[in-house]
Amino acid sequence: MLKRALMVLMFAAAAAAFGADNPNQKCIDSLGVADAEVGNTASLQKGARNFVNYCLGCHSLGFMRWNRVAADLNINEDQLKQNLEFTGGKAHDYIKSTLPAKDAVEWFGRVPPDLTLITRAKGPDYVYRYLKGFYQDPARPLGVNNLVLDGSAMPAVLSDLQGIQKLDTSVDVDPATTKSHPRVCEKILLERPGRMSAADFDVFVHDTVNFLTYIGEPVKAQRESMGVIVVLFLLVFTIFAYLLKKEYWKDVH
Amino acid sequence: MSDEVDKSRRQFLTAATAGMGAVGAVFVATPFIQSWAPSARAKALGAPVEVDITKLEPGAMMTVLWRGSPIYVVHRTKEMLDQLAKNDENLRDPGSEESDQPQYAKNEARALKPEYLVLVGTCTHLGCLPKNRFEPGTVDIAVAGGWPGGFFCPCHGSKFDLAGRVFKDVPAPINLRVPPYSFRDSVTLVVGLDESDKKGAA
Amino acid sequence: MASASDAQTTRGTGRWARLGTWIEARLPVSKFYQAQLLDYYAPKNFNIWYFFGSLALFVLVLQLVSGIFLTMFYKPDGVIDAEGFSGAYRSVEYIMREVDWGWLMRYLHSTGASLFFIVVYLHMFRGFLYGSYKKPRELLWIVGVLVYLALMAEAFFGYVLPWGNMSYWGATVIVNLAGAVPWVGTALVEWIRGDYSIADATLNRFFALHVVAVPLILLALVFVHLWALRTVGSNNPDGIEIKEKKGADGKPLDGIPFHPYYTVKDVVGIGVFGLVFAAIVFFMPTVGGYFLEGANFEPANQLSTPEHIAPVWYFTPYYAILRAVPNKLAGAALMVAAVILFVFLPWLDRSPVKSIRYRPKFWGFALMAFAVAFCGLGYLGMKPAEGTYVLMARILSGVYFAFFLLMPFYTRNEKTKPVPQRVTYHA
Repeated sequence: MLKRALMVLMFAAAAAAFGADNPNQKCIDSLGVADAEVGNTASLQKGARNFVNYCLGCHSLGFMRWNRVAADLNINEDQLKQNLEFTGGKAHDYIKSTLPAKDAVEWFGRVPPDLTLITRAKGPDYVYRYLKGFYQDPARPLGVNNLVLDGSAMPAVLSDLQGIQKLDTSVDVDPATTKSHPRVCEKILLERPGRMSAADFDVFVHDTVNFLTYIGEPVKAQRESMGVIVVLFLLVFTIFAYLLKKEYWKDVH
Repeated sequence: MSDEVDKSRRQFLTAATAGMGAVGAVFVATPFIQSWAPSARAKALGAPVEVDITKLEPGAMMTVLWRGSPIYVVHRTKEMLDQLAKNDENLRDPGSEESDQPQYAKNEARALKPEYLVLVGTCTHLGCLPKNRFEPGTVDIAVAGGWPGGFFCPCHGSKFDLAGRVFKDVPAPINLRVPPYSFRDSVTLVVGLDESDKKGAA
Repeated sequence: MASASDAQTTRGTGRWARLGTWIEARLPVSKFYQAQLLDYYAPKNFNIWYFFGSLALFVLVLQLVSGIFLTMFYKPDGVIDAEGFSGAYRSVEYIMREVDWGWLMRYLHSTGASLFFIVVYLHMFRGFLYGSYKKPRELLWIVGVLVYLALMAEAFFGYVLPWGNMSYWGATVIVNLAGAVPWVGTALVEWIRGDYSIADATLNRFFALHVVAVPLILLALVFVHLWALRTVGSNNPDGIEIKEKKGADGKPLDGIPFHPYYTVKDVVGIGVFGLVFAAIVFFMPTVGGYFLEGANFEPANQLSTPEHIAPVWYFTPYYAILRAVPNKLAGAALMVAAVILFVFLPWLDRSPVKSIRYRPKFWGFALMAFAVAFCGLGYLGMKPAEGTYVLMARILSGVYFAFFLLMPFYTRNEKTKPVPQRVTYHA
């Protein structure tokens, strides 16, 4: 009875592990992983520039202030004004997109979400694959869909750099449908190349996701380095406490 | 092992452990205590304030808010400035020795540029807002030699001259405070930002 | 050992000594110290399972201090603005980013909450191993169950406060459970919420309960728990009563004064525990989403439920039991029963022997089955209620209840081993 129950449990675990939920999982996995390294300042700086040039038009990072980003990323005030904050705002302002909500709803059907905590909510890999996962889909109003978020209202803003992708599916597509529907994706094809090679584009997205991971938790690098000192201190303290205990317990027989 | 050795080892270990514990306690207490310091938001909200002084007529005063306090900006006329030297024997601290102002305001005019007076509009007695009474000779403000013009606090009757210096025999103990400030250009006063300190006031 | 009056005379007549005497005549501080630390004897054979009581007290203090400081910066505002954020959610990000060291206080509190439950579960399991709930410690055990209940309430209210999407929907689901109560259910749910759905009104009252009411109740219960413990004295891994064998000085032969022996030993426990705590806070505060759930980094959204609504890990065993039953009222009742059963343990366990060391293999097997069921239910509570998961949850719930309800039968005529006269302590 117990053995049978154990086998059932193992089966269930195995099924869950294969993540059979998303039929396009194979293609999503082929997009790679984020490999976030928030200690790499150069990458973070590039990511910041990428974000400002391609994302800030619509997406805010409303819980971060410019001056905090500048301080953490070793960017001085002049560089900040020239490369990042060029709308004339103050260094201590929050990083806000200037897209009016009314226009956003009219053009995209919804307000583009604030991205401060996207990597904490969904994980860096999700964001990495999302940015790489746009593909042609004539059934969608903007002509593109996203492998990671089916039915996404976002246009393929990076198609200039990445090129335009198409899914190589094993199932015939019905163009008469007005909504997108899940397909079983075999491979992702590059229909038209962009300005960047695949490798360069991967670095671009990696830097951007790195930056967003930093934005999600700016204090991470500092907390880890502090943690080393704290753990070392506690280790020494515990050793002393243990020696003290052993000394006193010599009395006990 | 003799008792002697045991005791000293115990004392040493107890002291070492307790000592580390005390250090640890200080380590732990520090972040909690520091958390009470002004946060990034407080610092941002308390950032320097830019004041456009082009519309400020001579003899007029405008009030702006900086770090939660009213800041008086007065465009003083030549007559007002001339008055300043005449009051000294009626003032408690004509040389501004005891009051709080930046180095560049420790002069008779108590200002970086004499024609613009910048003061924290909080009476140094108990914090009311002094009213501007720039007209000299006003009968109801009693001062030896006649009222030369200045500030009058309605709460308890403290009086200050046209440079914010406190008169004798009033409840307020010291001159009105001068905040740090500088001029970005001829038309923009920046309250909270010193020339020397580009990062802003402490 | 010096008595209280000895302490007085040896104190001397200096300035500090006179102050001491003055205080002592008005408040028996020295007498309390003497009685509770120097004259209180605990069994000398405590093993690793005996650390978790003092560790629980340590975590309680930590939660109180970090919690008080968080309250200085947190705002219990559940009204969602045009950008989709509430004042509460914003205040949490304010703490994380803008308050000096705010991030540390937040992580201390979130890690402390989960570690509190790990410590408490291990503390309770010690009771199972050594029969610490048996006479004369039944009331001690019952007060402990009340502490556990208060702790669960405290954790539930606390989790709602960040007003993330999981806070909101978790609160919705759990408060809706009250709707299972016959006749008054619907009115009860609305009364708890203070609104037609979980809203700002709910957040504000949960804030008051989490910050003031339940901590006061917890402190009172912990005080009574310690008082009850000090009255009967502690159990030990051999399950024998040390007070039955006293020496010529009237002290238990197998006991040692709490101070300095257990004060110094508990400091080591705190050191090791502190290491684990620090490692988590500084290197992996979310613990893969188990201590700080990803979905809760999204703000509360009344129009979008998270993919999998699951409570935090420490509630999942009961959540699994709740979902195992297809009937709402029966499921809720069974879930409550699962916790309440703990109270009856002193009377369900009929064995005359306390410690697992002197009880038959079958009892060990039953205890292991219970532990496996509890952990298994915990795992299942995190999974969606579909397919084989449901079957497994039902089986393990059966094991869980069987452990308790069949206990009078399988423990009544146990073949116990001979219990030693003195504790088996090897220095």
